[in-house]
Amino acid sequence: MTALPDLSSHALASARWRPAEIVFWVLALACAFLFPSRYLIMTDIVRLALFALSLDLILGYAGIVSLGHAAFFGVGAYSAGLMALHGVINEPVIALVAAGLVATVLGFLTSFLVIRGVDLTRLMVTLGIALLLEALAERYSDITGGTDGLQGIEMQPILGHFAFDMFGKTGFFYSLIVLFVLFLLARRVVHSPFGLSLRAIRNNPLRAAAIGVPVNRRLIAVYTLAAFYAGISGALFTQTTALASLDVFSFERSADLMLVLVIGGTGYLYGGLIGAVVFKMLQEFFSTITPQYWQFWIGLVLVVIVLVGRARIHRWALWLPNLVIRQFAGRKAVVAIPESDAS
Amino acid sequence: MTTLFTILFDGVAYGMLLFVLACGLAVTLGLMNFVNLAHGAFAMTGGYVCAVLVNNSGWPFFAGLPLAFVSSALIGVVLERALYRHLYTRSHLDQVLFSVGLVFMSVAAVDYIMGSSRIFIKLPAALEGQFDFFGVGIGRYRLMIIVICGLLTVALQLVLARTRFGSRLRAAVDDPRAASGLGINVPQVFAFTFAFGCGLAGLGGALSAEVLGLDPYFPLKFMIYFLIVVTVGGSSSITGPFLASLLLGIGDVAGKYYVPKMGPFVIYTIMIVILIWRPNGLFGRTATR
Repeated sequence: MTALPDLSSHALASARWRPAEIVFWVLALACAFLFPSRYLIMTDIVRLALFALSLDLILGYAGIVSLGHAAFFGVGAYSAGLMALHGVINEPVIALVAAGLVATVLGFLTSFLVIRGVDLTRLMVTLGIALLLEALAERYSDITGGTDGLQGIEMQPILGHFAFDMFGKTGFFYSLIVLFVLFLLARRVVHSPFGLSLRAIRNNPLRAAAIGVPVNRRLIAVYTLAAFYAGISGALFTQTTALASLDVFSFERSADLMLVLVIGGTGYLYGGLIGAVVFKMLQEFFSTITPQYWQFWIGLVLVVIVLVGRARIHRWALWLPNLVIRQFAGRKAVVAIPESDAS
Repeated sequence: MTTLFTILFDGVAYGMLLFVLACGLAVTLGLMNFVNLAHGAFAMTGGYVCAVLVNNSGWPFFAGLPLAFVSSALIGVVLERALYRHLYTRSHLDQVLFSVGLVFMSVAAVDYIMGSSRIFIKLPAALEGQFDFFGVGIGRYRLMIIVICGLLTVALQLVLARTRFGSRLRAAVDDPRAASGLGINVPQVFAFTFAFGCGLAGLGGALSAEVLGLDPYFPLKFMIYFLIVVTVGGSSSITGPFLASLLLGIGDVAGKYYVPKMGPFVIYTIMIVILIWRPNGLFGRTATR
């Protein structure tokens, strides 16, 4: 019984905003003013970060390995595109939420399939669902535009005031704000008792069930939430680029997403955000060296990361910041990644 | 009626081919519990080796096939010793990431060396065309596939069930600790099995150039098919994956013939339904390992 107050104060302490986090978001905002010519790539990064955040919710916090997360991204992208194309909902913010909700419904329905079975079955089922949707989108090409994608999407101004410009400035701030709001929500969720119970499930489902956590219901809830996030990021993709084509469902998208999250680290929310920045910069770098074959180097990075060990890489990456903190603040490092054995 | 038999025949040939391609994966994924998404890369290697030997160096087709097997097996054993064995005890996430990385690398590398278009292997004249058998058109090439793959399947079953190596492998898979306690060199058994599976995949890749099409995206395109064979077939014996490949082959050919518009939709739906219904596969063991 004495452990209870300790637990809640520990949970509260870990939920408090740290200086490093504030610095991170100030830096993100500063980028908008520092590199005014790079809005398009920065929008790309923000979108990817949101998508990775979504995967982190299920992989880092609930331990569900998914190979088909692009399914929800694609559904969000196509719903936003179709709504804008046929003028169902013209206002981008409402359309964004609506597209997210469509993905949520799909996430809820498929979550029942995903919670059954072990790792391998989950991999296969998530991969199968994404491939199924891709096949469906190809089959009904009169609605989806097939391989050409949706043509001629015209986006209305956001909230009726901020029109999308050709330099992508509006698009970038729009995406950044969406990311920040959804990040706040995710942060609140993972530090709530609900989030703590998810971690218990990830570490040991059997034990979690034994202490009274309704494992299946929690997994369904977080899977549905992650689907919402992925749908929103897909809708952002359509709204900021004004296109949606079959490749939103592709396996490469899901696989790249895993790489993003692995670069950044799972289970502390910032992993996806940092990973997205690093991944896009790597991609830019590799495609300037070998435009056609950058995938080779991305693959090499994946193999090296796994062989060296994810935990060890993060320790190396944090060696310098931790040293600085120890020197100047005279205390133990605060920048530590709670690397989990998500299996 | 004759179309039905033709579909059945083509489906069986396709299924047999899938079995040879995927049975190496049945061992690594099903028995050793290693999620190897890069299995198709070994098949592609074999196919390209055979293509280069036959088309560029003028080797006869039947001499190219064993070489496809040997080259894939060699690459397999090198990679197993150098990289794969470190990952046997890691989490599934690590294994997925690692093998996806390998797939990306192989796709880009083959694209760089061989170009991105589909390649064909020059066939000897004896294998081209088809003949009539009681009104059913039988493709010579497909008949050869059925013969080769059928023989291989029987040989595999005999090796696994009857030989000393087969019993060693089954022991090593069931309980590596107890097996090594009994003096079985478990890493050696695994390395040999892995290499053999890769070799079979290479042979399958060479055979499939005519039927499935061979281009740098082969590992990505057929990854899901290999996985279906193994997960649906289960891992208790090689009979499960064999039946699953036949089902998949006949189902795919029939689906493409009767409902061409639905594309691969039918296959994926069936796979998901089966996995929901029996998460360990149709013919799997009940106990999860």
